[in-house]
Amino acid sequence: MSWVKVGVGLPNTIPGISGEVLVEWARRAEGGPFSTLGVLDRLVYDSIEPFAALSAAAAVTSRIGLATNIAIGPLRSPALLAKQALSVDALSDGRFTLGLGVGARRDDYAAAGVNHKARGATLSQQLAFLRGQLDESGIGPRRAPVRVLVGGSSGAALTRMARYSDGYAHGGGPPKAFGSAANRARAAWRDLERPGEPVLWGQGYFAFGDPDRGSVYLRDYYAFTGPFAEKIAAGNLTSARAVRDFVRGYEAEGCDELILYPTVASLDDLDRLAEAVS
Amino acid sequence: MRVSVVGGGPSGLYLAILLRKAGHDVSVTERNAPDATFGWGVVFSEETLGALRDADYATYLEITDSFARWTSIDIRYRGQVLRSSGHTFSAIRRTHLLAILQERCRELGVSLEFGTEVSTAQPADLVVAADGSNSTLRRSADFGTSSTPQGCKYVWFGTDLVLDAFTFVFKDTEHGLFQVHAYPFDEHTSTWIVETTEATWRRAGLDRMSEEDSMAFCQALFAEELGTHRLMSNKSVWLDFPLVRNETWHHGNLVLIGDAAHTAHFSIGSGTKLAMEDAIALANAFVRHPSDVESALVDYELERQPVVERFQQAAGDSAAYFGRVGSYLGLAPIQFAANLLTRSGRISHANLTQRDPRFTRVLDAWFAANASGAPLVPGAVAPPPMFAPLRVNGATLRNRVVRSTSDLAEAARAGAGLVLTGFVAVAEDGRVSPATPLLDDSWAAVVKDVHDAGALAGVRLGHAGRRGGTRADGGVDVPLRDGWPLLSASPLPYTPSSAVPAEMSEVDLTRVRSDFTSAAERARDAGFDAVELDLADGHLLASFLSPLTNRRSDEYGGEPLRFPLSVVDAVRAVWPGLLAARLTVTDLARGGTTVEQGIAYARALADHGVDLIHVRAGHTTPNSRPEYRRGHLTTLSDRVRNEAGVPTMVGGYLTTPDEVNTVVAAGRADLCLFEPAPTPLEQL
Repeated sequence: MSWVKVGVGLPNTIPGISGEVLVEWARRAEGGPFSTLGVLDRLVYDSIEPFAALSAAAAVTSRIGLATNIAIGPLRSPALLAKQALSVDALSDGRFTLGLGVGARRDDYAAAGVNHKARGATLSQQLAFLRGQLDESGIGPRRAPVRVLVGGSSGAALTRMARYSDGYAHGGGPPKAFGSAANRARAAWRDLERPGEPVLWGQGYFAFGDPDRGSVYLRDYYAFTGPFAEKIAAGNLTSARAVRDFVRGYEAEGCDELILYPTVASLDDLDRLAEAVS
Repeated sequence: MRVSVVGGGPSGLYLAILLRKAGHDVSVTERNAPDATFGWGVVFSEETLGALRDADYATYLEITDSFARWTSIDIRYRGQVLRSSGHTFSAIRRTHLLAILQERCRELGVSLEFGTEVSTAQPADLVVAADGSNSTLRRSADFGTSSTPQGCKYVWFGTDLVLDAFTFVFKDTEHGLFQVHAYPFDEHTSTWIVETTEATWRRAGLDRMSEEDSMAFCQALFAEELGTHRLMSNKSVWLDFPLVRNETWHHGNLVLIGDAAHTAHFSIGSGTKLAMEDAIALANAFVRHPSDVESALVDYELERQPVVERFQQAAGDSAAYFGRVGSYLGLAPIQFAANLLTRSGRISHANLTQRDPRFTRVLDAWFAANASGAPLVPGAVAPPPMFAPLRVNGATLRNRVVRSTSDLAEAARAGAGLVLTGFVAVAEDGRVSPATPLLDDSWAAVVKDVHDAGALAGVRLGHAGRRGGTRADGGVDVPLRDGWPLLSASPLPYTPSSAVPAEMSEVDLTRVRSDFTSAAERARDAGFDAVELDLADGHLLASFLSPLTNRRSDEYGGEPLRFPLSVVDAVRAVWPGLLAARLTVTDLARGGTTVEQGIAYARALADHGVDLIHVRAGHTTPNSRPEYRRGHLTTLSDRVRNEAGVPTMVGGYLTTPDEVNTVVAAGRADLCLFEPAPTPLEQL
């Protein structure tokens, strides 16, 4: 067991978020006890594009890490995705971590004109590009390689993670669920004979001032999962104690970095989270 | 809250009791009569009893007063009875359990209605589908239900033979193996379940027998065990066990509990336990959310689904064990018992030591004696099985632990019996990456350090085939810009961005074969004790074995083993020591090598002088789908070892000594690749 770092999400997928609040959020997080600012990715939704949101955050911060956790890789071409990642990494002077997954929404794929059925293979090709061809592609700005994490829970997703990335981005749930996924990620890492251990990231949701509003948002954001949305909403952390228990639980399961995402874009909630985790 | 429970089994009645006690208005509707009998006795475990005591003390007292209790498991195998003690079981006649629950319902004012079929949701605040695995009410909404047959054919009898232990009987017949799961449930009666594979069942003609005839068949089959006692039928017909799963357990105000929500194969005896725990969890969810049905039902699912999934996993492993138990009849009785007791993954060597220290003392002593070829001495003590030596082809490993790390000398000092190099290429063009080592003169010094630390040293010799020419770091299978020409059975690239390999010509085949033999000769010169030939992971030799990668129309396509075996033969001719083969036993991909084919490959390799199979799976193509749970290769290794009769080595992320002890003691492998996770404790 090692100490888990705690990051906080930018409210980029909370409908109606203003640039002013987003930037202030980044500033306060920079001054708080957080390791990283994370962003989520959705296309067909009232949300800010993740690389755009992180660019804004990069401009007003100099310490805190920046991460997509995850970005839906296949919605972008490999070259464009690389360009976006390299750009945010350059703007933040190397503070960027690129978390990628296939996402779970068909309508995002339909809107992007991308074949949903081939999503796994497409993500694999993107990762192969990022790890290989990118070097000779002429696409810049060139820096040290960007750290890449991959999400997903199937055997195929974990193989992809171990083949091409630096670690695993878990999709959320109670600490025990994370622990079981983390063990599978470690097993996949060994199975592909990667040296060392995969980096393991987790995530959770919080709302303090108006938890009901947070739950309404989660039900809406995850409405496409059907009955599962209610379970995600039930996992919303609504007290400092719940947050601390959650962090300890993740730490015990060997999580390296845990990103807590707001479900209400309230700067007051951010301050209370900072207090809860410091 | 008005609650309508459909189904008067244990889960429905128990939920009715708990919700009624909490002040709700509860009715139960059951389609059968109150005294209808299905099945015989039901089993409980100790942990369930605590939950029942806390939930309703009155019924707890009555239930436990009627219990048959015992602590032993008898295993009748090869005409002997092997008893393991220290387990805790209790059972009750199912009709008696129902009578207790019905009486308590009446006392509390639950409305009970029998003989009424209900197939649509009732007007109520909460409707509970407790109507069993074949739930009718469940069909009124989409729960993402699946119901598939699992395991063997089985039939559920009673008998007036009163057992004093949970009893397994394994009876080998001309048709195949039959097994019995039997346990007492009151002073007069025991449950007697007979189980066999569908093939054996058909060979014995049971598919065409009447209920009466099949009971007579079983009575005669177990005449020795039953003696003067008789089997009793209660609509006892041969069944397939239905594995029921539901993606969601509630829909609006309709909720599933017990068998309607999930089943777990009877061979771990937890159906009623899970059903009654469901009832407790559901009732408690309404204590937390008294005025919010949706929140309570979400809570209930969140609490119960992960628990049930774990039981279903264990039950699935147990069901699969009984489906292949016929292949274990060669195991010595104590090892057969260890394999049986640890079949579901819920009991390990350490758990068994806690429950029955005498059993594991004898098991460990037997294992050590068997390993050294000495007779078992009464009262003998021995270290746990992972520390037993292994003798194979003249070599003696000091224990069953294999390590494969970058620092071989350190791995030897860490106590391993055998340390294995990573991939070492037999030729420059067989390298995975520019960093892949070749078998050069530098190895002799490493081998000496390993020997000085008391371990044997093995080298994995391979040719990367179409997975060659990749970058050394940052990932796997990322092609180099300026790689080298690749070879494979057929000209198919590994990933879409990989280079296309050349189909091997006769000249290539001859050259690669001699690369292997000269590497084996250099391994001998370097002082290695073992050579592991790489026929796995989509590398060159493996590419011949899989229909996914071998599309050749020549004899090497028609006989997939032809070229790999010619390499084995050539190496065997120059390498006298321990020869292992790292083998992909199944491709875990559609159209790929199946487990049965993989086992046949293992057998063929053994016939050609391979001493040990290192069991691998997947990676023949990049799209294989391994499961990756802890010990994910153990069952495969078990099958290779016991069905092909070859010693095996297995990895699959085994991180604790207890896992290694369990795997080797149960005869699932002879050696384990041990991969402990780094811990800050070692930095103190």
